[in-house]
Amino acid sequence: MIRNRLTGLGPPMVVGVAGLGLWEGIVWGFGIREFLLPRPSSIMDRLSENWPMLRQAGWETGRIAVSGLVAGIVAGVLLALVTTRFRTLNEGLTPLAVAVNATPIVALAPIFNAWFGITGTLSNQAVVVAIVFFPVFINTARGLTEVHPDELELMRSYAAGEWTILREVRIPNALPFFANALRVVAPLSVIAAIVAEYFGGPQNRIGNIITSSAAFARYDVAWAAIAVASAVGLGLFAAALLLERVSMPWRLVDGGSENHNTPGREK
Amino acid sequence: MSQPVASEVAVVVSGVHKVFNVDSADEVTALSDIDLTIGAGEFVSLIGPSGCGKSTLLRLIGDLLTPSVGEVTVFGKPAHAARLDQDYGMVFQHAGLFDWRRVAANIELPLELRGWSRVDRAARSAEMLELVRLPEFGGHYPRQLSGGMQQRVSIARALSFQPKLLLMDEPFGALDEMTREHMQLELLRIWRETGTTVVFVTHSVSESTFLSSRVVVLSARPGRIHSIVDVDLGDRTDDTREDPAFFAKATEVREALRGRGGAR
Repeated sequence: MIRNRLTGLGPPMVVGVAGLGLWEGIVWGFGIREFLLPRPSSIMDRLSENWPMLRQAGWETGRIAVSGLVAGIVAGVLLALVTTRFRTLNEGLTPLAVAVNATPIVALAPIFNAWFGITGTLSNQAVVVAIVFFPVFINTARGLTEVHPDELELMRSYAAGEWTILREVRIPNALPFFANALRVVAPLSVIAAIVAEYFGGPQNRIGNIITSSAAFARYDVAWAAIAVASAVGLGLFAAALLLERVSMPWRLVDGGSENHNTPGREK
Repeated sequence: MSQPVASEVAVVVSGVHKVFNVDSADEVTALSDIDLTIGAGEFVSLIGPSGCGKSTLLRLIGDLLTPSVGEVTVFGKPAHAARLDQDYGMVFQHAGLFDWRRVAANIELPLELRGWSRVDRAARSAEMLELVRLPEFGGHYPRQLSGGMQQRVSIARALSFQPKLLLMDEPFGALDEMTREHMQLELLRIWRETGTTVVFVTHSVSESTFLSSRVVVLSARPGRIHSIVDVDLGDRTDDTREDPAFFAKATEVREALRGRGGAR
């Protein structure tokens, strides 16, 4: 299985390297000016020149993303548990949550600056929390409630109470749903942090390095910052995948026709 | 082998009516006028057209539903008390094993809920895996097993705490014919070895005739007991399926299903 995963890395590596080569070739061959689209090699040069600053910025932005991610997850899961337990709350809250989720939350960033202060990290973290919260809440709540009726009847035949059903059935049932949400929100948290940094917060974060570099036509530096941001996002996505594998060993076994990528089981 | 011990009664359903969606536009009477006594150690099938309420009747016995009128007693106590005492095991058409538990842990779930020690649970699940002839599969996850094997695990789980009553809702309905016939023989073996009372819902005439000591034939809308067919074919084997006496009984059940003969 591990060998499969390693050989599975081959094709995307080849495509990725070929893509960078093509990019380099096109910029060079067509004489595209560097401030419109820098070559990957010059982005690499800027990356190494500015590495101490960019590494520090990636670390700080990553911290905002991760802290907001964790807080958003905790809040989303807790509210999902509460709404599952109390049905009337669920009926009132879920449609509201869906509606709020449809509004573009990054648009709130300037307002959060007014609420939580423009110089601290709190307003940036608040944007991340708001973005992470809803997918986690909605998916987890679905996983907790979409349990096969036979499984509930089985537990009732054991005279099991609601807490036991929550522990033994609902929570394990919700894990794949939660994992799907996590795959989405882990990289999203980095995007949210950067967009929030466009509007305020302390200096020397990925977001304001991008805006200030662009303002001074240092597009190659902006691209280098974007490369750091992608690395952080990719890292969080990989962590989400790892967590998924570790927490659900039963999904890794061979056999059965079920698709490992979709939550819920065919019944 | 199929003679119920006259002195011990497993299930008594008396004067039961079940109405769903009371006082609304889609009010429907699922069961009407049901009286049924099942002796301890009997194997009784409930058969009828779809929508006749046979699964509803099974759930009333298991206290997963409560009757609108009438009462159900299980081993002399109200069905509700019997459920709280976990006097019965239940098997559904869908095996309903938990993906996240290994096979042995699935079988041990009801024991865990009863607070058995780890050692006792392991011993019992090993014993149950022997009973359903899957001794090497305790460490597998359910998704690694075929449908028939999953259903055996489900039966093992239902029997793990040695209930005196086994409620089965079309347990072999999703299996292919070959597996199904094999599972029927296995179930009869397990029934003989454990002495459990079985109430078995099916819509298959041959299945009900092959398995049961009595077949309860229900008619549709509202579900009523049309007739009860006694089946005495001795010890069943694969040869029983080709026995003229088996055909005669199956015909009797089929006729009753069509609403002819034996009406009360």
